[in-house]
Amino acid sequence: MSGFLAVVRRDLRLALRQGSDSMMVVTFFVLTVVLFPFGIGPEPGILERVAAGVLWVTALLASMLSLDRLFQTDYEDGSLDLITRSPQPLSVLVLGKVAAHWLTTGLPLLAAAPLLAVLLNMNADGFGVLVVAFALGTPTLSLIGAVGAALVLGARRGGVLLSLLVLPLYIPVLVFGVSAVDAAIMDLPFKAQLLILGGFLLGAAALCPWATAAALRQAVE
Amino acid sequence: MTDQAFDAAEFAGENLVCIRGERIVFADLSFSLGPGEALLLLGPNGSGKSSLLRMMAGLLRPSAGQLTWGGEPVADDPEAHGGRSRYIGHHDAIKPVLTVHENVAFWSRLWAGDGSRETVEKALDAFSIGHLLEVPGRWLSAGQKRRVNLSRLLAAPAPLWLLDEPTTALDRATVATVEHLLAEHRARGGMVVLSTHTDVSLPGAKVLQMDDFAVDPALSGLDAEMAVAEDEPWTEGVRP
Repeated sequence: MSGFLAVVRRDLRLALRQGSDSMMVVTFFVLTVVLFPFGIGPEPGILERVAAGVLWVTALLASMLSLDRLFQTDYEDGSLDLITRSPQPLSVLVLGKVAAHWLTTGLPLLAAAPLLAVLLNMNADGFGVLVVAFALGTPTLSLIGAVGAALVLGARRGGVLLSLLVLPLYIPVLVFGVSAVDAAIMDLPFKAQLLILGGFLLGAAALCPWATAAALRQAVE
Repeated sequence: MTDQAFDAAEFAGENLVCIRGERIVFADLSFSLGPGEALLLLGPNGSGKSSLLRMMAGLLRPSAGQLTWGGEPVADDPEAHGGRSRYIGHHDAIKPVLTVHENVAFWSRLWAGDGSRETVEKALDAFSIGHLLEVPGRWLSAGQKRRVNLSRLLAAPAPLWLLDEPTTALDRATVATVEHLLAEHRARGGMVVLSTHTDVSLPGAKVLQMDDFAVDPALSGLDAEMAVAEDEPWTEGVRP
C-alpha cells in the first residue's frame, strides 16, 4: 500500500509540474466536441440524438492521447528498471501509475462531460447517468490503455501500434456507456448497462495491472 | 542509513548463459559471493558486464543456469530479491521536475518504506551534496546526478549492491568517497558487485574476467552460421 501511494504521489507531482498532458487531453476533448455542431449543423434534434455518442467517442480518443507517455519517460530515464525490481509487487505499483493517470486525465474528462453535454443540447435527464457512466468507464479505459502502453514500450512509432491494440478493447465500454446514457434520455431502465460498466471496471482492475506488469518486465529485458 | 550489520546469505550464480539477439555473450559463468565480499567485473566493451549485472538484478532472465541466494533460486521470489539488492545502472533515473529530495525520498519509500527527511539528508551528505536538497533535477550536472543516483544506496540500505560503472562522471574526490563507502558496506557484511573501466580500489575483491567466458564463434552454433556467411565472397561487387 505504501508503494501504491508513493507512486500516485510522485506521478501526480510530475503531472502537476509538467502540466501539459492533462491540459492537452481536456483541450482536445472540449475542442473536438465543440467542432461537432459546426460539422453536422446546429439543429437541436440531431445534436441531441448524437450527443452521448460524440461525448464517448471523443473521450475515448482523448484518453488515448496521453497513454503513450504513461511509461515512456520512466522507460527512457531508467526509472522503470528500478520500479520493476522494487520489493513491492509490480502490479500494485502499476495500479498506482494507472490511478495517477486517471486522476490527471480521466477526472478532468468527467468534470468537462456534463458541460459539453449542455452544449450539445442533451436532455437533462441524461446528465446524472452520463457522469456515473464516465466515472465507471474512464478508469477502465486507463487500465486497458496501460496494458497497451506497456506492450509498445521501446517500439518505434508506438503511438500507432498502441491505438491498434487498445481501440478494439475500448469498444465494449463505448457501447454500454452510450447505451446507458441513451436509455436514461429515453426514460428507459439503464441500470443493467451501468452494472455491466461496473463489471468491466472490476474485471479490468483485476487483470490489467497483472498483464501490464508482465509486459513491463518484458520491456526492461 | 543504518549501521547495523546485514544478515546476508551467499549469493551465487551457476553456469549462467546470456544470449542477446543471436549472439552468445557469455556462457558457463559461475560465481559465488559471501557476506563482506566483493566481485569486480572486468572486460572490454560488449563482453557482458552490464548484462551480467542486469541478470543479477533480476532484470534479465538467464538463458540457462540460475542465480541463488542462500541456496534458494532468486527467480522464485523476485520481490524479496528486490528488497535485498540495489542496482545502479547507466541511467540516473532522476526526474528533471522533481527536487533532489523528492527524487531520493521516493525511492527510499518504495524500496525501504522509509523516505524520511533525515534519511535523505544523511544519504546526500555522504556524497557532499546536502546543499542540493531542494534543487530540481534538471539543474544538476552529470556528476551531481550520478551522486544523487548513488545516494539512493544509502537512503534505502540493502546487503547486495550491483553497480554498473558507478564512477562514471565522478571527480576524483568522490571516487574516493565511493571507495570508502564500499569498504564500509563490506565491513557491515554487505556484498558488492562492480563493473568498471577505471581504477576503483576494492581490496581483496574477487575478479571476474568476462572474456574468459566468451564463446569462441567457431564453437557456438548460432555464431558459426554468421561467421560462415561473412566468409563468403561478395559477388555483387559491394564493399563488405
